[in-house]
Amino acid sequence: MRRARARTCGVEAVGPYVLLRVSRAGLEPGDPGQFFMLSPPGRVLPRPMSLCLALPGELGFLLDPIGPGTRALAELEPGDELDVLGPLGNGFRLDVERPLLVGGGIGIAPLPYLAERLGGAPALLGFRSAAHAEAAALLPGAEVVLEPEYVTERLRPGFDVLACGPEPMLHAVARLTPDAQLAWEAPMACGYGACYGCAVEIGGSLRRLCVDGPVLPAADVAAPPAREAAA
Amino acid sequence: MILNASGCLDALTAASVARSLDAFVTKTVTPLPRAGNPPTRIAETDAGMLNSIGLANPGIDRFCVDVLPRLRELGVPIWVSVGGFAASDYAELCARLDGEAGVAALELNVSCPNVSSPVDATEEIVRAARAATGKPLYTKLSPSAPDVAAAAEAAAQAGTDGLSVVNTLRGLALDERTLRPIVATGAGGYSGPALRPVALAAAFACYRATGLPIVGMGGVETGRHALDLIAAGASAVALGTVLFRDPSAPGRIRAELAAEAASRGFAAPPDARGAAHEGKGASLPLLTKTPAKSQ
Repeated sequence: MRRARARTCGVEAVGPYVLLRVSRAGLEPGDPGQFFMLSPPGRVLPRPMSLCLALPGELGFLLDPIGPGTRALAELEPGDELDVLGPLGNGFRLDVERPLLVGGGIGIAPLPYLAERLGGAPALLGFRSAAHAEAAALLPGAEVVLEPEYVTERLRPGFDVLACGPEPMLHAVARLTPDAQLAWEAPMACGYGACYGCAVEIGGSLRRLCVDGPVLPAADVAAPPAREAAA
Repeated sequence: MILNASGCLDALTAASVARSLDAFVTKTVTPLPRAGNPPTRIAETDAGMLNSIGLANPGIDRFCVDVLPRLRELGVPIWVSVGGFAASDYAELCARLDGEAGVAALELNVSCPNVSSPVDATEEIVRAARAATGKPLYTKLSPSAPDVAAAAEAAAQAGTDGLSVVNTLRGLALDERTLRPIVATGAGGYSGPALRPVALAAAFACYRATGLPIVGMGGVETGRHALDLIAAGASAVALGTVLFRDPSAPGRIRAELAAEAASRGFAAPPDARGAAHEGKGASLPLLTKTPAKSQ
């Protein structure tokens, strides 16, 4: 667990999302699916972000600026400094034979780095609008669906699925492909097991996503509550 | 002396952070295992954060068998925080831990804002715990008490060796789109920078009222904040919310504290203890005293 003061190298719009590039500052990129805690200026808590791109000398993060922390990160300017802690948690296993990357919305964030580390892999991405789908440019060649169509309608058998996206999507992927690896998300204060804030129900008990995840085998995750299944 | 605030560090997943402390304070242990509260459990606010973890812990049996032996291997003095719902719970926990090696002190969490309050008064809990153990007892007080000095005096009379001030305040945050509470239990414990002046006032009042050793905590982010608490009366300082953003905070704040104390002519930080009470203002009335037990 390393913490460093990184320098903002670039902030670029990708549709409604933002790609934040910061200097590596001696930090390792880690495994795809692992995450970093980024400290937005003026906020009390850092924000967990999975690595999107491992660029030469830089780390790239895809953000959806929807709250005060992500907005503060999106408003950084080149040269601004921020504290970065990581890499943290458990990433994707890369020992797969026929990978298929499945992403939904901002959940595509870890997939470009995952594709790079796998030496290329087909990808199936779902977005809520054409504007959001501009982010598919980060994964050239990806198959893209827009709501009301869902990625799960295009899932084909015979692949090792590695997925990240909203909870209902992950639960649906888990039902269709029980051997999938799923990257989950939860609010976190610390990212290293200290706060117990990111507890999720896994296998019938509450476990900390930051140290037990965020990538988990689909089989470990309990069935969704009824209200989500109905949604 | 720099500690962590209970529930703000897991020494088994962050051993290097725990080793950078002068003592490690465990998450509160209860008689029976508790899964804790459902997610969402945390929310950031403009000047702090809310948590509603709900005393998630493995229970005293598994704590003693599985957790404590691994904590001992860290080589850091261990303070065990204990909590319950009646004075008898605290007595049971203290008796259980009384003979455990490596446990340097016990902290009585009588003030968690995220579970039902103990049915018994602080004084009764401290008395029951005192009868059950010879280990040093620290009583953790709530900043929500109408008169924290009176609560401190009651704990002192019941035999506490020291005080931990303060626990979190109860707070609420609403989702900006739905206007529903972010934290699943509605309200949560409010900590971070906003708590700092509240903690300072409580440490000041408890020192004046009892002179007991005090672990001061609440919003400490820098050595200057720690020095303020010591000047108000704290004999040790605990770090909470700052650890979430900065796991290196114990070493950094220790160094900053030494420099801050030295720059004011103190040979060491403990020499600044109570400095806020000396000279001008020392005789100012602090609080309207209310009886320690109002019923």
